[in-house]
Amino acid sequence: MIEFRNVTKILSGTKVLNNLSLKIEKGETFVIIGRSGTGKTVTLKHIAGLLEPDSGQILVDGQQINGTGKSQKDRLREKIGFVFQSGALINWMTVEENIALPLVEHKLYPPDEIKRIVEEKMELLQLTAARNKMPAEISGGMKKRASLARVLVRNPEIILYDEPTSGLDPVMSSLINTIINKIKEDHSITQVVVTHDMDSAYAIGDRIAMLYDGTIIQCDEPDGIRNTTNPIVRQFITGSLEGPIDIL
Amino acid sequence: MGSKVRKIIYNFVYDIGANTLNIIEMMGYSMLLFLEVLYHSKAAFQKRSEIVKQMYYAGVKTFIVVSIVGLFTGMILALQTGLELKPYQQQALVGNIIIATLTREMAPFVTAIILIAAVGSTMAAEIGTMTVSEEIDALEMMAISPVKFLVMPRVIALAIMLPVATIYTNLLGSIGGGIVAYFQLDVSFDVYYTHVLDSLHFKATYVGLLKALVFGMMVSTISCANGLRATNGALGVGKATRNSVVSSFVMVLITGYYITALFYGK
Repeated sequence: MIEFRNVTKILSGTKVLNNLSLKIEKGETFVIIGRSGTGKTVTLKHIAGLLEPDSGQILVDGQQINGTGKSQKDRLREKIGFVFQSGALINWMTVEENIALPLVEHKLYPPDEIKRIVEEKMELLQLTAARNKMPAEISGGMKKRASLARVLVRNPEIILYDEPTSGLDPVMSSLINTIINKIKEDHSITQVVVTHDMDSAYAIGDRIAMLYDGTIIQCDEPDGIRNTTNPIVRQFITGSLEGPIDIL
Repeated sequence: MGSKVRKIIYNFVYDIGANTLNIIEMMGYSMLLFLEVLYHSKAAFQKRSEIVKQMYYAGVKTFIVVSIVGLFTGMILALQTGLELKPYQQQALVGNIIIATLTREMAPFVTAIILIAAVGSTMAAEIGTMTVSEEIDALEMMAISPVKFLVMPRVIALAIMLPVATIYTNLLGSIGGGIVAYFQLDVSFDVYYTHVLDSLHFKATYVGLLKALVFGMMVSTISCANGLRATNGALGVGKATRNSVVSSFVMVLITGYYITALFYGK
């Protein structure tokens, strides 16, 4: 379980997270929606321990991740995988080398076993044809899938996705949504997805939370969000220009 | 008018203060980074292929420019000093002057400047780009230390290659000096090299190489530190690259003086 207790974060003088509290249950796919710049990625980075809050606590499986040392963070991160928005693949390594990187660096398995695991994940994510390509030579969708494959080889208990479908065509977005759902079915991994793509949010989310002004203003199942009476959430999901959201 | 002047003075003082704090912070960060590099250097054998790759970039890829600069440094030194010595018929001493100047100061300094421009700036830009494109965060998420994975191999590679390139600059510089001595100063190659070997002292050589070693570690650490602290996309990468070049250059000058003072001062 992931828990935020009264987390506040100020970046460049702006209160990005304002006394944020939320609980994400084990095995669920939790989607955080909200406008660009409202702190969705900041929330993810707090779960990953990449950012420290100014106040409050973040707990992962009952263990506090903020304010801990590097070695304890590394131990907690063994459970967590992060699929970055840009893929964040190491640019001088091939797709295959990128996927194998965490296993090779930590010498977790013998080389043959690493090869087998990487092969399996490349097949799952339809990356076999791109195995020898460099990150600069592949599409955005492939980068995201390669990034996900690199996360999956470590068998994480939690996967964090930062805008997994942004910049992708509808077919590629559907493929990513299908993969996220398949991971949930096959491995019952806790997944936290940050997006402003509502089709994707409805397709993958067990619960959807809307982040606005640094705090969660509504958290509900997809149908609850779809039929919301909250004017801010309604304006966001319909993409209307009329409503309480300050456009500027 | 008065408030405008006050604002200009305030901004001026503010900028000086902010920049001073940034410099101190970056120096502290670079020192801590270097200590971390020392800690991770126990994994140097495991990272040998990356170290060799970085040595190739630092050495082979800068070979031509080091050759040209080394040769012409010797030629300029020979011409400037030789023309002053010629009226006194002492131009044969140009060999002594060149080798002493090159081994003690010029070769490590000139080589460091080339490698700051060609290699240090690349390191800062490369690691800076990785920082702003979240690749460093991705490494952290895989519990891979960016210092062990990226910085340590670069520091070791430059610490090896700068002394090697310095030896090469010494060699090329003395050849360049010999060419000028022969064609411009009427000093035969035999006489020139006798004087070169006369003044080729062991202490000057090892002090020069020690400088090169220190410069190599310093330049790579400063460059990587600036890259790791890059923010704000392409603009931030540019700033990190510029800061790394300026800081490395200043630190090479200051450290060069203190090493000379340590070995040759009172």
